[in-house]
Amino acid sequence: MRPITKIDIITRPEKLDALKEAMNKINVTGMTVTQVYGCGLSKGHKEIYRGQEYAINLVPKVKIEIVVCEVPVERVIETAKIVCRTGKMGDGKIFVYPLTNAVRIRTGEEGDIAIMDPKNL
Amino acid sequence: MNANVMKKLCAILGILFVFTVLLASAVFAEETAAPAEPPKIDTGDTTFVLISAALVMLMTPGLALFYGGMVRTKNVLSTIMQSFICLGIISIQWVLWGYSLAFGPDINHLIGSLDWIGLNGVGVDPNADYSATIPQYAFMIFQGVFAIITPAIIAGSVGERVKFPAYIAFVLLWATFVYDPVAHWVWGVGGWLRENGVLDFAGGTVVHIISGVSGLVFALMIGKRKGYGSEVMAPHHLPMTVLGAALLWFGWYGFNAGSALGASGLAVAAFVTTHTAAAAATVSWVFAEWLYHGKPTLLGAASGCIAGLVVITPAAGFVSIMSALIMGLLGGVICFFSVAVAKTKLGYDDSLDAFGVHGVGGTFGAIATGIFASTAVNPAGADGLLTGNASQVVSQIIGAGTCWLFAAVMTFIIVKFIGLFMQITADAEQQVQGMDITEHGERGYAYQDLITGSPLSIPVTGFSNEQVAVKKTTLA
Repeated sequence: MRPITKIDIITRPEKLDALKEAMNKINVTGMTVTQVYGCGLSKGHKEIYRGQEYAINLVPKVKIEIVVCEVPVERVIETAKIVCRTGKMGDGKIFVYPLTNAVRIRTGEEGDIAIMDPKNL
Repeated sequence: MNANVMKKLCAILGILFVFTVLLASAVFAEETAAPAEPPKIDTGDTTFVLISAALVMLMTPGLALFYGGMVRTKNVLSTIMQSFICLGIISIQWVLWGYSLAFGPDINHLIGSLDWIGLNGVGVDPNADYSATIPQYAFMIFQGVFAIITPAIIAGSVGERVKFPAYIAFVLLWATFVYDPVAHWVWGVGGWLRENGVLDFAGGTVVHIISGVSGLVFALMIGKRKGYGSEVMAPHHLPMTVLGAALLWFGWYGFNAGSALGASGLAVAAFVTTHTAAAAATVSWVFAEWLYHGKPTLLGAASGCIAGLVVITPAAGFVSIMSALIMGLLGGVICFFSVAVAKTKLGYDDSLDAFGVHGVGGTFGAIATGIFASTAVNPAGADGLLTGNASQVVSQIIGAGTCWLFAAVMTFIIVKFIGLFMQITADAEQQVQGMDITEHGERGYAYQDLITGSPLSIPVTGFSNEQVAVKKTTLA
Protein backbone atom coordinates (compact mmCIF):
# COMPACT_ATOMS: atom_id res chain seq x y z
CA MET A 1 0.00 0.00 0.00
CA ARG A 2 1.34 3.40 -0.94
CA PRO A 3 1.69 5.92 1.90
CA ILE A 4 -1.43 7.97 2.64
CA THR A 5 -1.11 11.41 4.22
CA LYS A 6 -3.59 13.60 6.06
CA ILE A 7 -3.15 17.37 5.91
CA ASP A 8 -5.01 19.74 8.29
CA ILE A 9 -5.19 23.35 7.23
CA ILE A 10 -6.50 25.76 9.88
CA THR A 11 -6.97 29.21 8.42
CA ARG A 12 -9.19 32.28 8.00
CA PRO A 13 -12.86 31.52 7.16
CA GLU A 14 -12.84 33.97 4.25
CA LYS A 15 -10.09 31.93 2.54
CA LEU A 16 -12.24 28.80 2.23
CA ASP A 17 -13.65 29.47 -1.23
CA ALA A 18 -10.27 30.28 -2.76
CA LEU A 19 -8.74 27.25 -1.11
CA LYS A 20 -11.46 24.91 -2.39
CA GLU A 21 -10.88 26.19 -5.89
CA ALA A 22 -7.10 25.84 -5.67
CA MET A 23 -7.36 22.27 -4.32
CA ASN A 24 -9.70 21.40 -7.14
CA LYS A 25 -7.08 22.64 -9.62
CA ILE A 26 -4.39 20.31 -8.23
CA ASN A 27 -6.75 17.29 -8.32
CA VAL A 28 -7.49 17.00 -4.62
CA THR A 29 -10.86 15.27 -4.79
CA GLY A 30 -12.19 15.36 -1.24
CA MET A 31 -12.06 17.40 1.88
CA THR A 32 -13.77 17.74 5.27
CA VAL A 33 -14.47 21.27 6.45
CA THR A 34 -15.23 22.31 10.03
CA GLN A 35 -15.89 25.68 11.60
CA VAL A 36 -13.57 25.92 14.58
CA TYR A 37 -12.41 28.44 17.15
CA GLY A 38 -8.81 28.75 18.12
CA CYS A 39 -5.95 30.94 19.14
CA GLY A 40 -2.32 31.18 18.25
CA LEU A 41 -0.36 34.37 18.58
CA SER A 42 -3.39 36.59 17.98
CA LYS A 43 -5.02 38.10 21.05
CA GLY A 44 -8.64 38.07 19.86
CA HIS A 45 -10.87 41.03 20.61
CA LYS A 46 -12.98 42.73 23.28
CA GLU A 47 -16.76 42.68 23.58
CA ILE A 48 -18.89 44.78 25.91
CA TYR A 49 -22.38 43.95 27.11
CA ARG A 50 -24.04 46.56 29.36
CA GLY A 51 -20.68 47.78 30.53
CA GLN A 52 -19.24 44.35 31.28
CA GLU A 53 -16.14 43.73 29.18
CA TYR A 54 -15.12 40.30 27.96
CA ALA A 55 -11.88 39.29 26.33
CA ILE A 56 -12.75 36.91 23.52
CA ASN A 57 -9.47 35.16 22.96
CA LEU A 58 -10.63 32.38 20.65
CA VAL A 59 -11.21 33.57 17.12
CA PRO A 60 -13.32 31.85 14.47
CA LYS A 61 -11.29 29.81 11.98
CA VAL A 62 -12.01 27.14 9.45
CA LYS A 63 -10.34 23.71 9.44
CA ILE A 64 -9.91 21.84 6.17
CA GLU A 65 -8.90 18.18 6.40
CA ILE A 66 -7.48 16.62 3.27
CA VAL A 67 -6.25 13.08 2.69
CA VAL A 68 -3.94 12.49 -0.28
CA CYS A 69 -2.03 9.70 -1.90
CA GLU A 70 -1.67 10.48 -5.62
CA VAL A 71 -1.24 14.22 -5.18
CA PRO A 72 2.15 15.13 -3.72
CA VAL A 73 1.87 16.42 -0.16
CA GLU A 74 4.33 19.22 -0.96
CA ARG A 75 2.06 20.48 -3.72
CA VAL A 76 -0.93 20.66 -1.35
CA ILE A 77 1.11 22.53 1.26
CA GLU A 78 2.59 24.96 -1.28
CA THR A 79 -0.83 25.68 -2.76
CA ALA A 80 -2.40 26.21 0.67
CA LYS A 81 0.45 28.53 1.67
CA ILE A 82 0.03 30.66 -1.42
CA VAL A 83 -3.75 30.90 -1.08
CA CYS A 84 -4.02 31.46 2.68
CA ARG A 85 -1.13 33.84 3.21
CA THR A 86 -2.04 37.46 3.97
CA GLY A 87 1.15 38.19 5.87
CA LYS A 88 -0.77 39.23 8.98
CA MET A 89 -1.14 37.42 12.27
CA GLY A 90 -3.86 34.80 12.12
CA ASP A 91 -3.16 33.17 8.76
CA GLY A 92 -3.23 29.81 10.53
CA LYS A 93 -1.32 26.53 10.54
CA ILE A 94 -0.86 23.43 8.44
CA PHE A 95 -0.35 20.06 10.12
CA VAL A 96 0.71 16.88 8.31
CA TYR A 97 0.17 13.31 9.59
CA PRO A 98 0.87 9.86 8.16
CA LEU A 99 -2.21 7.63 7.93
CA THR A 100 -2.26 3.90 8.51
CA ASN A 101 -5.34 3.14 6.47
CA ALA A 102 -8.38 4.53 4.65
CA VAL A 103 -11.65 2.72 3.97
CA ARG A 104 -14.41 3.51 1.51
CA ILE A 105 -17.54 2.43 3.37
CA ARG A 106 -19.72 1.82 0.30
CA THR A 107 -17.44 -0.77 -1.29
CA GLY A 108 -15.20 -1.80 1.56
CA GLU A 109 -12.12 -0.82 -0.50
CA GLU A 110 -9.08 -0.09 1.64
CA GLY A 111 -5.85 1.85 1.22
CA ASP A 112 -4.99 4.36 -1.52
CA ILE A 113 -7.85 3.22 -3.74
CA ALA A 114 -10.36 4.30 -1.11
CA ILE A 115 -9.48 7.98 -1.51
CA MET A 116 -9.05 8.02 -5.28
CA ASP A 117 -11.61 8.85 -7.92
CA PRO A 118 -12.37 5.56 -9.73
CA LYS A 119 -12.57 7.54 -12.99
CA ASN A 120 -8.84 8.33 -12.76
CA LEU A 121 -7.72 4.73 -12.26
CA MET B 1 -10.19 56.04 34.69
CA ASN B 2 -7.40 57.55 32.63
CA ALA B 3 -7.06 61.18 31.58
CA ASN B 4 -8.13 60.47 28.04
CA VAL B 5 -11.51 59.14 29.07
CA MET B 6 -11.96 62.07 31.44
CA LYS B 7 -11.24 64.51 28.61
CA LYS B 8 -13.82 62.85 26.41
CA LEU B 9 -16.43 62.85 29.17
CA CYS B 10 -15.84 66.53 29.92
CA ALA B 11 -16.22 67.36 26.25
CA ILE B 12 -19.49 65.45 25.98
CA LEU B 13 -20.89 67.02 29.15
CA GLY B 14 -19.83 70.45 27.91
CA ILE B 15 -21.63 69.97 24.63
CA LEU B 16 -24.75 68.79 26.43
CA PHE B 17 -24.64 71.82 28.71
CA VAL B 18 -24.41 74.28 25.81
CA PHE B 19 -27.26 72.42 24.15
CA THR B 20 -29.41 72.73 27.27
CA VAL B 21 -28.78 76.47 27.49
CA LEU B 22 -29.78 76.87 23.85
CA LEU B 23 -32.91 74.86 24.41
CA ALA B 24 -33.96 76.79 27.47
CA SER B 25 -34.68 79.89 25.40
CA ALA B 26 -37.00 77.92 23.15
CA VAL B 27 -38.78 76.41 26.14
CA PHE B 28 -39.37 79.76 27.83
CA ALA B 29 -40.64 81.22 24.58
CA GLU B 30 -43.12 78.38 24.39
CA GLU B 31 -44.56 79.15 27.80
CA THR B 32 -45.30 82.76 26.91
CA ALA B 33 -47.16 81.86 23.69
CA ALA B 34 -50.77 82.99 23.91
CA PRO B 35 -53.43 80.30 23.46
CA ALA B 36 -55.43 80.49 20.22
CA GLU B 37 -59.24 80.34 19.92
CA PRO B 38 -60.95 77.49 21.79
CA PRO B 39 -59.98 74.21 20.14
CA LYS B 40 -62.50 71.79 18.68
CA ILE B 41 -60.88 68.47 19.12
CA ASP B 42 -62.57 65.32 17.84
CA THR B 43 -61.86 62.48 20.24
CA GLY B 44 -62.30 59.74 17.63
CA ASP B 45 -59.91 61.39 15.20
CA THR B 46 -57.36 62.02 17.92
CA THR B 47 -57.51 58.42 19.11
CA PHE B 48 -57.10 57.13 15.58
CA VAL B 49 -54.15 59.36 14.72
CA LEU B 50 -52.33 58.56 17.97
CA ILE B 51 -52.79 54.83 17.42
CA SER B 52 -51.66 55.26 13.81
CA ALA B 53 -48.54 57.07 15.03
CA ALA B 54 -47.83 54.15 17.36
CA LEU B 55 -48.33 51.71 14.46
CA VAL B 56 -45.90 53.64 12.27
CA MET B 57 -43.37 53.78 15.12
CA LEU B 58 -43.41 49.97 15.16
CA MET B 59 -42.46 49.95 11.48
CA THR B 60 -38.93 51.12 12.23
CA PRO B 61 -38.05 48.13 14.44
CA GLY B 62 -39.94 46.07 11.84
CA LEU B 63 -37.67 47.43 9.14
CA ALA B 64 -34.67 46.70 11.38
CA LEU B 65 -35.66 43.02 11.61
CA PHE B 66 -36.58 42.88 7.91
CA TYR B 67 -33.09 44.09 7.01
CA GLY B 68 -31.36 42.26 9.88
CA GLY B 69 -32.50 38.85 8.68
CA MET B 70 -31.18 39.51 5.19
CA VAL B 71 -27.56 40.24 6.11
CA ARG B 72 -24.85 37.81 7.21
CA THR B 73 -24.54 36.69 10.83
CA LYS B 74 -21.60 38.98 11.50
CA ASN B 75 -23.56 42.10 10.51
CA VAL B 76 -26.96 41.49 12.10
CA LEU B 77 -26.57 43.92 15.00
CA SER B 78 -25.00 46.76 13.04
CA THR B 79 -27.81 46.51 10.49
CA ILE B 80 -30.56 46.51 13.12
CA MET B 81 -28.79 49.36 14.90
CA GLN B 82 -28.84 51.50 11.76
CA SER B 83 -32.63 51.47 11.76
CA PHE B 84 -33.15 51.47 15.52
CA ILE B 85 -30.89 54.45 16.21
CA CYS B 86 -33.10 56.59 13.96
CA LEU B 87 -35.83 56.28 16.59
CA GLY B 88 -33.49 58.16 18.88
CA ILE B 89 -31.68 60.60 16.64
CA ILE B 90 -34.41 61.63 14.24
CA SER B 91 -37.00 61.98 17.02
CA ILE B 92 -34.78 64.59 18.65
CA GLN B 93 -34.06 66.26 15.32
CA TRP B 94 -37.79 66.36 14.61
CA VAL B 95 -38.90 68.07 17.81
CA LEU B 96 -35.95 70.48 17.74
CA TRP B 97 -36.04 71.71 14.15
CA GLY B 98 -37.27 69.05 11.72
CA TYR B 99 -41.00 69.66 12.24
CA SER B 100 -40.52 73.39 11.89
CA LEU B 101 -38.59 73.01 8.61
CA ALA B 102 -41.17 70.64 7.16
CA PHE B 103 -44.44 72.13 8.35
CA GLY B 104 -43.60 75.55 9.77
CA PRO B 105 -44.69 78.84 8.12
CA ASP B 106 -43.74 78.74 4.44
CA ILE B 107 -40.70 80.48 2.96
CA ASN B 108 -40.77 80.86 -0.85
CA HIS B 109 -42.70 77.57 -1.25
CA LEU B 110 -39.41 75.74 -0.59
CA ILE B 111 -39.00 75.25 3.14
CA GLY B 112 -40.71 75.87 6.45
CA SER B 113 -39.32 78.63 8.64
CA LEU B 114 -37.68 78.05 11.99
CA ASP B 115 -40.56 79.76 13.86
CA TRP B 116 -41.57 76.45 15.40
CA ILE B 117 -38.07 75.50 16.53
CA GLY B 118 -38.20 73.32 19.62
CA LEU B 119 -41.97 73.08 18.97
CA ASN B 120 -42.28 76.73 19.93
CA GLY B 121 -45.94 77.71 19.54
CA VAL B 122 -46.95 74.16 18.71
CA GLY B 123 -49.25 72.68 21.31
CA VAL B 124 -52.42 70.73 21.95
CA ASP B 125 -54.59 73.17 20.02
CA PRO B 126 -55.44 71.98 16.51
CA ASN B 127 -53.79 73.61 13.51
CA ALA B 128 -56.57 74.19 10.98
CA ASP B 129 -54.12 74.18 8.05
CA TYR B 130 -53.13 70.57 8.58
CA SER B 131 -55.62 68.83 10.82
CA ALA B 132 -58.49 70.84 12.25
CA THR B 133 -59.88 68.09 14.48
CA ILE B 134 -56.81 66.80 16.35
CA PRO B 135 -54.25 68.46 18.61
CA GLN B 136 -51.25 69.70 16.63
CA TYR B 137 -49.00 67.57 18.82
CA ALA B 138 -50.77 64.50 17.45
CA PHE B 139 -50.15 65.67 13.88
CA MET B 140 -46.54 66.49 14.79
CA ILE B 141 -45.79 63.08 16.30
CA PHE B 142 -47.60 61.27 13.50
CA GLN B 143 -45.42 63.09 10.95
CA GLY B 144 -42.41 62.49 13.20
CA VAL B 145 -42.58 58.70 12.93
CA PHE B 146 -42.57 59.10 9.12
CA ALA B 147 -39.43 61.20 9.38
CA ILE B 148 -37.85 58.45 11.51
CA ILE B 149 -38.42 55.51 9.18
CA THR B 150 -37.40 57.31 5.97
CA PRO B 151 -33.64 57.61 6.60
CA ALA B 152 -33.69 54.09 8.10
CA ILE B 153 -34.76 52.77 4.68
CA ILE B 154 -31.49 54.09 3.21
CA ALA B 155 -29.55 51.73 5.48
CA GLY B 156 -30.75 48.93 3.22
CA SER B 157 -28.68 50.21 0.31
CA VAL B 158 -25.41 50.60 2.18
CA GLY B 159 -25.79 47.60 4.48
CA GLU B 160 -22.77 45.64 5.75
CA ARG B 161 -20.16 48.27 4.90
CA VAL B 162 -20.92 51.76 6.20
CA LYS B 163 -19.23 52.93 9.39
CA PHE B 164 -21.53 53.91 12.23
CA PRO B 165 -20.26 57.46 12.98
CA ALA B 166 -20.51 58.38 9.30
CA TYR B 167 -23.98 56.86 9.14
CA ILE B 168 -25.14 58.93 12.12
CA ALA B 169 -23.81 62.11 10.51
CA PHE B 170 -25.49 61.13 7.25
CA VAL B 171 -28.98 60.53 8.63
CA LEU B 172 -28.91 63.74 10.62
CA LEU B 173 -27.86 65.85 7.63
CA TRP B 174 -30.10 63.94 5.26
CA ALA B 175 -33.18 64.36 7.46
CA THR B 176 -32.50 68.09 7.70
CA PHE B 177 -31.53 68.89 4.11
CA VAL B 178 -33.46 66.29 2.10
CA TYR B 179 -36.43 64.90 4.02
CA ASP B 180 -37.64 68.11 5.66
CA PRO B 181 -37.60 70.24 2.47
CA VAL B 182 -39.30 67.54 0.37
CA ALA B 183 -41.92 66.97 3.07
CA HIS B 184 -42.56 70.71 2.95
CA TRP B 185 -42.84 70.76 -0.86
CA VAL B 186 -45.37 67.94 -0.94
CA TRP B 187 -47.34 68.31 2.30
CA GLY B 188 -46.51 71.69 3.80
CA VAL B 189 -48.90 74.60 3.38
CA GLY B 190 -47.44 76.67 0.53
CA GLY B 191 -45.13 73.86 -0.64
CA TRP B 192 -44.63 74.17 -4.39
CA LEU B 193 -45.44 70.57 -5.37
CA ARG B 194 -48.59 70.66 -3.26
CA GLU B 195 -49.62 73.91 -4.95
CA ASN B 196 -48.99 72.34 -8.35
CA GLY B 197 -51.44 69.59 -7.54
CA VAL B 198 -48.98 66.73 -7.09
CA LEU B 199 -50.77 63.93 -5.25
CA ASP B 200 -49.00 61.98 -2.52
CA PHE B 201 -51.38 60.54 0.01
CA ALA B 202 -48.96 58.99 2.50
CA GLY B 203 -45.43 59.48 1.22
CA GLY B 204 -44.72 57.64 -2.02
CA THR B 205 -42.56 60.59 -3.01
CA VAL B 206 -41.59 61.98 0.36
CA VAL B 207 -40.67 58.66 1.93
CA HIS B 208 -40.01 56.04 -0.71
CA ILE B 209 -38.65 57.83 -3.76
CA ILE B 210 -36.19 60.02 -1.92
CA SER B 211 -34.97 57.27 0.40
CA GLY B 212 -34.61 54.77 -2.45
CA VAL B 213 -32.80 57.19 -4.76
CA SER B 214 -30.55 58.46 -1.96
CA GLY B 215 -29.77 54.87 -1.06
CA LEU B 216 -28.71 54.13 -4.64
CA VAL B 217 -26.48 57.22 -4.83
CA PHE B 218 -24.96 56.48 -1.41
CA ALA B 219 -24.30 52.86 -2.41
CA LEU B 220 -22.69 53.87 -5.70
CA MET B 221 -20.47 56.38 -3.93
CA ILE B 222 -19.13 54.03 -1.28
CA GLY B 223 -18.67 51.09 -3.63
CA LYS B 224 -19.51 47.42 -3.30
CA ARG B 225 -19.13 45.20 -0.29
CA LYS B 226 -15.87 43.28 -0.18
CA GLY B 227 -16.35 40.06 -2.12
CA TYR B 228 -19.62 41.17 -3.73
CA GLY B 229 -20.35 38.92 -6.68
CA SER B 230 -17.72 36.34 -5.75
CA GLU B 231 -18.69 35.37 -2.19
CA VAL B 232 -21.94 33.93 -0.93
CA MET B 233 -23.92 36.68 0.78
CA ALA B 234 -27.03 34.74 1.63
CA PRO B 235 -29.56 35.99 4.19
CA HIS B 236 -28.70 34.53 7.59
CA HIS B 237 -32.15 34.44 9.19
CA LEU B 238 -35.19 34.65 6.93
CA PRO B 239 -37.75 34.06 9.69
CA MET B 240 -36.49 37.34 11.19
CA THR B 241 -37.00 39.02 7.83
CA VAL B 242 -40.56 37.74 7.61
CA LEU B 243 -41.29 38.90 11.15
CA GLY B 244 -40.02 42.33 10.14
CA ALA B 245 -42.09 42.34 6.96
CA ALA B 246 -45.18 41.38 8.96
CA LEU B 247 -44.58 44.26 11.38
CA LEU B 248 -44.13 46.60 8.41
CA TRP B 249 -47.40 45.44 6.84
CA PHE B 250 -49.16 45.86 10.20
CA GLY B 251 -47.69 49.32 10.75
CA TRP B 252 -48.50 50.38 7.20
CA TYR B 253 -52.21 50.57 8.07
CA GLY B 254 -51.27 53.42 10.37
CA PHE B 255 -49.02 54.87 7.69
CA ASN B 256 -51.67 55.00 4.96
CA ALA B 257 -55.04 54.99 6.74
CA GLY B 258 -53.64 57.33 9.39
CA SER B 259 -52.73 59.81 6.64
CA ALA B 260 -56.46 60.59 6.37
CA LEU B 261 -55.81 62.29 9.75
CA GLY B 262 -59.22 61.28 11.03
CA ALA B 263 -61.39 58.25 11.72
CA SER B 264 -63.31 58.72 8.50
CA GLY B 265 -64.59 56.83 5.48
CA LEU B 266 -61.45 57.96 3.68
CA ALA B 267 -59.28 56.29 6.33
CA VAL B 268 -61.20 53.06 5.86
CA ALA B 269 -60.83 53.29 2.07
CA ALA B 270 -57.08 53.85 2.44
CA PHE B 271 -56.86 50.90 4.84
CA VAL B 272 -58.54 48.58 2.35
CA THR B 273 -56.57 49.79 -0.71
CA THR B 274 -53.37 49.34 1.31
CA HIS B 275 -54.21 45.79 2.26
CA THR B 276 -55.37 44.85 -1.23
CA ALA B 277 -52.26 46.17 -2.96
CA ALA B 278 -49.98 44.43 -0.46
CA ALA B 279 -51.75 41.12 -1.01
CA ALA B 280 -51.70 41.52 -4.80
CA ALA B 281 -47.98 42.29 -4.91
CA THR B 282 -47.20 39.37 -2.57
CA VAL B 283 -48.87 37.06 -5.06
CA SER B 284 -47.48 38.66 -8.21
CA TRP B 285 -43.88 38.76 -6.94
CA VAL B 286 -44.04 35.11 -5.91
CA PHE B 287 -45.52 34.06 -9.25
CA ALA B 288 -43.07 36.15 -11.26
CA GLU B 289 -40.21 34.51 -9.40
CA TRP B 290 -41.79 31.06 -9.73
CA LEU B 291 -41.93 31.44 -13.49
CA TYR B 292 -38.54 33.08 -13.76
CA HIS B 293 -36.45 31.04 -11.30
CA GLY B 294 -38.53 27.91 -10.95
CA LYS B 295 -39.29 28.15 -7.22
CA PRO B 296 -41.62 30.31 -5.14
CA THR B 297 -39.73 31.69 -2.12
CA LEU B 298 -40.66 33.11 1.24
CA LEU B 299 -38.18 35.95 0.82
CA GLY B 300 -40.05 36.73 -2.40
CA ALA B 301 -43.38 36.80 -0.56
CA ALA B 302 -41.97 39.09 2.14
CA SER B 303 -40.36 41.39 -0.45
CA GLY B 304 -43.53 41.36 -2.56
CA CYS B 305 -45.76 42.59 0.24
CA ILE B 306 -43.37 45.48 0.92
CA ALA B 307 -43.31 46.33 -2.81
CA GLY B 308 -47.12 46.44 -2.89
CA LEU B 309 -47.26 48.63 0.20
CA VAL B 310 -44.72 51.03 -1.31
CA VAL B 311 -46.63 51.25 -4.59
CA ILE B 312 -49.99 51.99 -2.95
CA THR B 313 -48.61 54.57 -0.48
CA PRO B 314 -48.99 57.66 -2.70
CA ALA B 315 -52.38 56.47 -3.99
CA ALA B 316 -53.98 54.96 -0.89
CA GLY B 317 -56.65 57.64 -0.40
CA PHE B 318 -57.17 58.53 -4.06
CA VAL B 319 -57.89 55.27 -5.89
CA SER B 320 -60.56 52.56 -5.86
CA ILE B 321 -60.02 49.09 -4.46
CA MET B 322 -59.85 47.54 -7.95
CA SER B 323 -57.26 50.10 -9.02
CA ALA B 324 -55.25 49.20 -5.92
CA LEU B 325 -55.41 45.54 -6.92
CA ILE B 326 -54.02 46.31 -10.38
CA MET B 327 -51.31 48.59 -8.96
CA GLY B 328 -50.27 45.88 -6.52
CA LEU B 329 -50.11 43.17 -9.19
CA LEU B 330 -47.99 45.35 -11.48
CA GLY B 331 -45.86 46.69 -8.64
CA GLY B 332 -44.87 43.22 -7.46
CA VAL B 333 -43.68 42.21 -10.92
CA ILE B 334 -41.89 45.51 -11.62
CA CYS B 335 -40.01 45.45 -8.31
CA PHE B 336 -39.13 41.77 -8.73
CA PHE B 337 -37.51 42.45 -12.09
CA SER B 338 -35.75 45.54 -10.80
CA VAL B 339 -34.00 43.58 -8.04
CA ALA B 340 -33.60 40.19 -9.73
CA VAL B 341 -32.67 41.28 -13.23
CA ALA B 342 -31.88 44.98 -13.55
CA LYS B 343 -29.62 45.11 -10.47
CA THR B 344 -27.56 42.15 -11.65
CA LYS B 345 -27.28 43.54 -15.18
CA LEU B 346 -26.23 46.99 -13.99
CA GLY B 347 -23.92 45.53 -11.36
CA TYR B 348 -24.37 47.99 -8.47
CA ASP B 349 -24.42 46.73 -4.88
CA ASP B 350 -27.71 47.83 -3.33
CA SER B 351 -27.29 45.38 -0.45
CA LEU B 352 -30.91 44.90 0.60
CA ASP B 353 -32.62 46.54 -2.37
CA ALA B 354 -33.76 49.78 -0.80
CA PHE B 355 -33.62 51.30 -4.28
CA GLY B 356 -35.08 48.31 -6.11
CA VAL B 357 -38.14 48.20 -3.88
CA HIS B 358 -38.60 51.73 -2.50
CA GLY B 359 -37.09 53.81 -5.30
CA VAL B 360 -38.58 51.85 -8.19
CA GLY B 361 -41.84 50.98 -6.40
CA GLY B 362 -42.30 54.54 -5.17
CA THR B 363 -41.76 55.96 -8.65
CA PHE B 364 -44.18 53.51 -10.23
CA GLY B 365 -46.72 54.25 -7.47
CA ALA B 366 -46.41 58.01 -7.94
CA ILE B 367 -47.04 57.73 -11.69
CA ALA B 368 -49.81 55.15 -11.26
CA THR B 369 -51.51 57.55 -8.84
CA GLY B 370 -51.78 59.98 -11.76
CA ILE B 371 -53.37 57.22 -13.82
CA PHE B 372 -55.85 55.74 -11.34
CA ALA B 373 -56.78 58.69 -9.09
CA SER B 374 -60.48 59.55 -9.00
CA THR B 375 -62.50 62.28 -7.31
CA ALA B 376 -65.25 59.69 -6.87
CA VAL B 377 -63.02 58.09 -4.25
CA ASN B 378 -61.78 61.31 -2.67
CA PRO B 379 -63.34 64.68 -3.62
CA ALA B 380 -60.34 66.42 -2.07
CA GLY B 381 -58.02 64.57 -4.46
CA ALA B 382 -57.95 64.83 -8.25
CA ASP B 383 -58.97 62.89 -11.32
CA GLY B 384 -56.33 60.87 -13.14
CA LEU B 385 -55.75 59.67 -16.68
CA LEU B 386 -58.49 57.03 -16.56
CA THR B 387 -61.08 59.55 -15.43
CA GLY B 388 -60.15 61.94 -18.22
CA ASN B 389 -57.42 64.07 -16.69
CA ALA B 390 -54.14 63.30 -18.45
CA SER B 391 -52.41 66.35 -16.94
CA GLN B 392 -52.36 64.62 -13.54
CA VAL B 393 -49.86 62.08 -14.90
CA VAL B 394 -47.63 64.94 -16.03
CA SER B 395 -47.87 66.51 -12.55
CA GLN B 396 -46.94 63.20 -10.94
CA ILE B 397 -43.96 62.70 -13.27
CA ILE B 398 -42.75 66.25 -12.55
CA GLY B 399 -43.13 65.63 -8.82
CA ALA B 400 -41.28 62.31 -8.92
CA GLY B 401 -38.60 63.64 -11.29
CA THR B 402 -37.77 66.68 -9.17
CA CYS B 403 -37.54 64.55 -6.06
CA TRP B 404 -35.25 62.07 -7.86
CA LEU B 405 -32.95 64.88 -8.89
CA PHE B 406 -33.01 66.67 -5.56
CA ALA B 407 -32.41 63.51 -3.53
CA ALA B 408 -29.56 62.39 -5.79
CA VAL B 409 -27.74 65.72 -5.82
CA MET B 410 -28.18 66.39 -2.11
CA THR B 411 -27.07 62.88 -1.14
CA PHE B 412 -23.98 63.31 -3.31
CA ILE B 413 -23.13 66.58 -1.56
CA ILE B 414 -23.81 65.21 1.93
CA VAL B 415 -21.70 62.08 1.41
CA LYS B 416 -18.83 64.12 -0.07
CA PHE B 417 -19.06 66.51 2.87
CA ILE B 418 -18.99 63.76 5.49
CA GLY B 419 -16.07 62.17 3.64
CA LEU B 420 -13.98 65.26 4.39
CA PHE B 421 -14.17 64.55 8.11
CA MET B 422 -14.37 60.82 8.57
CA GLN B 423 -14.09 57.42 6.98
CA ILE B 424 -17.42 56.28 5.54
CA THR B 425 -16.75 52.81 4.15
CA ALA B 426 -15.36 50.13 6.41
CA ASP B 427 -12.05 48.77 5.13
CA ALA B 428 -11.79 45.22 3.80
CA GLU B 429 -10.35 43.86 7.02
CA GLN B 430 -13.26 45.23 9.03
CA GLN B 431 -15.85 43.91 6.57
CA VAL B 432 -14.29 40.44 6.80
CA GLN B 433 -14.57 40.44 10.58
CA GLY B 434 -18.04 41.92 10.43
CA MET B 435 -19.41 45.28 11.46
CA ASP B 436 -20.92 43.97 14.72
CA ILE B 437 -17.61 43.27 16.44
CA THR B 438 -15.63 46.08 14.88
CA GLU B 439 -18.18 48.90 15.19
CA HIS B 440 -20.18 47.85 18.23
CA GLY B 441 -18.06 45.28 20.09
CA GLU B 442 -20.85 42.73 20.37
CA ARG B 443 -22.21 39.71 18.52
CA GLY B 444 -25.78 38.87 17.63
CA TYR B 445 -25.23 35.21 18.35
CA ALA B 446 -22.87 34.51 21.21
CA TYR B 447 -21.97 30.83 21.19
CA GLN B 448 -21.05 31.21 24.79
CA ASP B 449 -20.17 27.64 25.63
CA LEU B 450 -17.85 27.36 22.68
CA ILE B 451 -15.77 30.48 23.10
CA THR B 452 -15.91 31.48 26.70
CA GLY B 453 -14.26 34.80 27.16
CA SER B 454 -13.01 36.02 30.46
CA PRO B 455 -14.51 39.16 32.00
CA LEU B 456 -11.81 41.83 31.83
CA SER B 457 -12.80 43.62 35.00
CA ILE B 458 -12.03 40.56 37.11
CA PRO B 459 -8.35 39.75 37.45
CA VAL B 460 -8.09 36.36 35.80
CA THR B 461 -5.39 34.22 37.31
CA GLY B 462 -5.14 30.91 35.61
CA PHE B 463 -8.43 29.14 35.05
CA SER B 464 -10.96 30.36 37.54
CA ASN B 465 -14.00 28.80 35.96
CA GLU B 466 -16.30 29.76 38.80
CA GLN B 467 -15.88 33.47 38.28
CA VAL B 468 -16.36 33.15 34.55
CA ALA B 469 -19.49 31.07 35.01
CA VAL B 470 -21.01 33.63 37.36
CA LYS B 471 -20.41 36.43 34.87
CA LYS B 472 -21.74 34.37 32.01
CA THR B 473 -25.20 34.24 33.51
CA THR B 474 -25.56 38.01 33.14
CA LEU B 475 -25.51 37.55 29.40
CA ALA B 476 -28.49 35.21 29.31
